Amino acid sequence: MSITRPDVDVVIIGLGWTGSIMGMELTDAGLNVLALERGGERTKEDFLYPKPADELKYGVRLKMMQRPKQNTVTIRRNAEETAVPQRHWTTFHPGDGVGGAGSHWTGVLYRATPNELALKSFADRTFEPGFLPEDMTIQDYGVTYEELEPHYDFFEKVAGLSGQAGNVQGEIVEGGNPFEGPRQNPFPLPPLPRTLTDTLFTEATQKLGWHPYPYPSANVSGAWTNPYGMQLGPCNFCGFCSNYGCLNYSKASPQTCVLDALKQRENFSYRTNCEVTRIVKSDDGETVTGVRYRDGEGNDVYQPAKMVILASFPLSNVRLLLLSQIGRPYDPVANTGVVGRNFSYQITGSIDMYFKRHQFNPFISAGGSGQVIDDFSPDTFDTAKHGFIGGSYIYTTQGPGGAIGAVKVPPRTPSWGSEWKKNASEHYGHHMMLGTTGTNMSYRDVYLDLDPTYTDPHGDPLLRMTYDWKDNDLRMTQFMAERMREIVAELKPDYHTESFKQVGDHFDPSHYQSTHLTGGAIMGTDPNTSVLNRYLQHWDAHNLFVMGASAFPQNMQHNPTGTVAALTYWSAKHIRERYLDNPGPLMAKEDPANA
Amino acid sequence: MASDPDDMKRRDFMRRSLLTIPAVSLGSSLAFDAYADNGAPALSDYQPMFFEAQEWQFILAATDRLIPRDEHGPGALEAHVPVFIDKELAGGYGRAEDWYMQGPFHVDAPAALGYQLPHTPADIYRLGIAATRRYCQQRFNRDFVTLSHEDQESVLSALEQGRPDFARLGVDDLPSATFFSFLLQNTKEGFLADPIYGGNRHMVGWKMLGFTGARASFREWVDQYDRDYPLGPVSLSGERG
Ligand SMILES: Cc1cc2nc3c(=O)[nH]c(=O)nc-3n(C[C@H](O)[C@H](O)[C@H](O)COP(=O)(O)OP(=O)(O)OC[C@H]3O[C@@H](n4cnc5c(N)ncnc54)[C@H](O)[C@@H]3O)c2cc1C
Ligand code: SF4
Repeated sequence: MSITRPDVDVVIIGLGWTGSIMGMELTDAGLNVLALERGGERTKEDFLYPKPADELKYGVRLKMMQRPKQNTVTIRRNAEETAVPQRHWTTFHPGDGVGGAGSHWTGVLYRATPNELALKSFADRTFEPGFLPEDMTIQDYGVTYEELEPHYDFFEKVAGLSGQAGNVQGEIVEGGNPFEGPRQNPFPLPPLPRTLTDTLFTEATQKLGWHPYPYPSANVSGAWTNPYGMQLGPCNFCGFCSNYGCLNYSKASPQTCVLDALKQRENFSYRTNCEVTRIVKSDDGETVTGVRYRDGEGNDVYQPAKMVILASFPLSNVRLLLLSQIGRPYDPVANTGVVGRNFSYQITGSIDMYFKRHQFNPFISAGGSGQVIDDFSPDTFDTAKHGFIGGSYIYTTQGPGGAIGAVKVPPRTPSWGSEWKKNASEHYGHHMMLGTTGTNMSYRDVYLDLDPTYTDPHGDPLLRMTYDWKDNDLRMTQFMAERMREIVAELKPDYHTESFKQVGDHFDPSHYQSTHLTGGAIMGTDPNTSVLNRYLQHWDAHNLFVMGASAFPQNMQHNPTGTVAALTYWSAKHIRERYLDNPGPLMAKEDPANA
Repeated sequence: MASDPDDMKRRDFMRRSLLTIPAVSLGSSLAFDAYADNGAPALSDYQPMFFEAQEWQFILAATDRLIPRDEHGPGALEAHVPVFIDKELAGGYGRAEDWYMQGPFHVDAPAALGYQLPHTPADIYRLGIAATRRYCQQRFNRDFVTLSHEDQESVLSALEQGRPDFARLGVDDLPSATFFSFLLQNTKEGFLADPIYGGNRHMVGWKMLGFTGARASFREWVDQYDRDYPLGPVSLSGERG
């Protein structure tokens, strides 16, 4: 049955981080805003102690995530392979329900560096012509660090960011990250208390001449009232953090930082269990007129709106654009089109060290607690010498919390029986990890499109991911492995094990990497190579704005959400200050310089 | 290591000792209720919801080998791991209620691309136990549960390495190693998940590790390096260990 609902000024698709922020900004501007969220209601009451402290439910069965049954992605490593669905999540964990992935993220909250936002220009300045592989398609964002700085600053206050600034207005501060871009203000809150792993990491990396600093953490270190009047309390290292809702009002999330303030506004409303299936184009194709969605009773509903904000996480953003036929789909063979182009993901690696002499008490753990070095970022050393563009941060974090996922036994121990039991019990609590999370460049044959075979339960095609690791990025991660072995040599564990990709390896989605999926609907200054202009406005429909990491032309080393949020505020500013009075393209297609 | 007849005695003993636990050791009344709930019934009294009688005997015997009671403490049976697995398979997990189960199924896709079989976890157990029992008949002319511990362990190792060809035992599209990996993973889950799911009875799995369960509050402990945490675990329902 088809129903038409009364017109609104703005419809927001998805009520996670970006949807909540846009809700605040556009209701501030006096607009009548409606958010449609595919998943269910989820309030802070769902996170009351001890509910989240349930590893089986949240850490193993992933009950806060999107259910693959309802929607998943298919994956292949190259165009010759047949893509098959992720039948249950292994390599990433997309969110679902009010708060989105923002309600069960880890809370490591970073900025991009000035050079990462203009990576192509940086590469052109830095490398000999011909150094970049021919099929690498990296680009500039089209927005600068200086332009985003005030928005980073504001979101960090919204989230109560805890940590140590390394560069305040150009002045390098001891104990912070000296390689970060200049920030106008110090962090809102001091770092979390330091764990044993943090301290060991600091000692080792300082001896090596590097610059350790505390993870910038949206698990807050002290009481905080944010600019929306929402209150956070100090994190107690509960050990149920990444993949879990916070039981302590300590992890910044849409719930703890935005939604209670937003829900009080009369010009805001939201509907749950409403999955948007299409964004509807106007007859002349210049704008969109609203969205179609399926409500909880299975009705097909048309919701007219003057503006549409697509804020449904990169995978869903790209799929909805393709299903709605807005923008030209990318064709990697002809190298035409843009929607689905420049998809990228992440390269991670890790080392696990065993120390009989140390007791880490790994259940004392917070997702955003940890210690890091940025000495091997894309622009901090001569990467050309090592044969790659890119970089990675190297970190430690205490944990893992939980029991099922925390059992570690020495190599060659049987995986069951008395031997396993003996080793599991003797070795628990004596491990420390080192991790690397690095850049991932974009490539001509890595992209997103619609799957020709698999559909969701309603017959719409699933999103298909064609993704593989490339030598440039694998050389980068190998370089990091060598640096991490230097840390191991300093720390002298009884033994250690390694997990790194080698040059020549192919994408292995059977293990979790991260949920930092980027690109596919990228921003830029040229409609031939981007879906959105530099204000996150769709080039082909000026009243459609697309939020989220789908706008990243390639993935940065640091976690995406700081930049995702800053871009959302940046876009909102231009909607409020320029678009509302004079709806139309914020940038001319012909001459980007005129914007 | 306990032999089969001992197992029976042990279960009886555990049931009796439970009934005589004095309430004074149980803190709050909340803890008392939860404890009482968790305590009954003994494994031998449990009525499986998913498993048929012979499957149930298989699960009892197999999980007892995977996590045996030994000098390092209680095993899968004391932890009621079979109860956990039964409840999981009878519920949403067993039905793959969250999984994408539309075809086509490319069962021969590269392992890296993840699970691609047409079976739900419940199917995997039903088919896997049947094939394993047939395998034991062929190899030993006996049922798994009547084999010596050594022979049971050799069968489990064979499954782990994917040696029995289930297709030749009448079960298609199920590598024996896949069946084993579900059995092992769920056994460990049942040993280490919160007791509300039926396993980890009296938090024996957590005590073996030194895991604190749902305590979830450690602020004042963050900077106390290299010290053993002094308190035992608590469970979601308030049981203390
Ligand atoms: C386990 C985990 C750990 C993470 N840790 C970190 C970290 O430490 N640091 C970091 O920077 N980032 C981290 N991330 C990523 C971070 O969560 C995301 O970058 C962030 O939440 C993105 O915000 P968003 O608004 O784009 O998407 P989300 O917050 O996911 O919100 C999108 C919403 O849209 C809804 N939706 C989707 N499709 C539709 C549709 N068709 N109709 C209606 N609604 C729809 C979804 O249900 C969801 O609620 C992590 C993610 C996960 C899963
Ligand atoms: S570790 Fe801290 S921020 Fe994370 S869920 Fe626990 S209390 Fe919340």
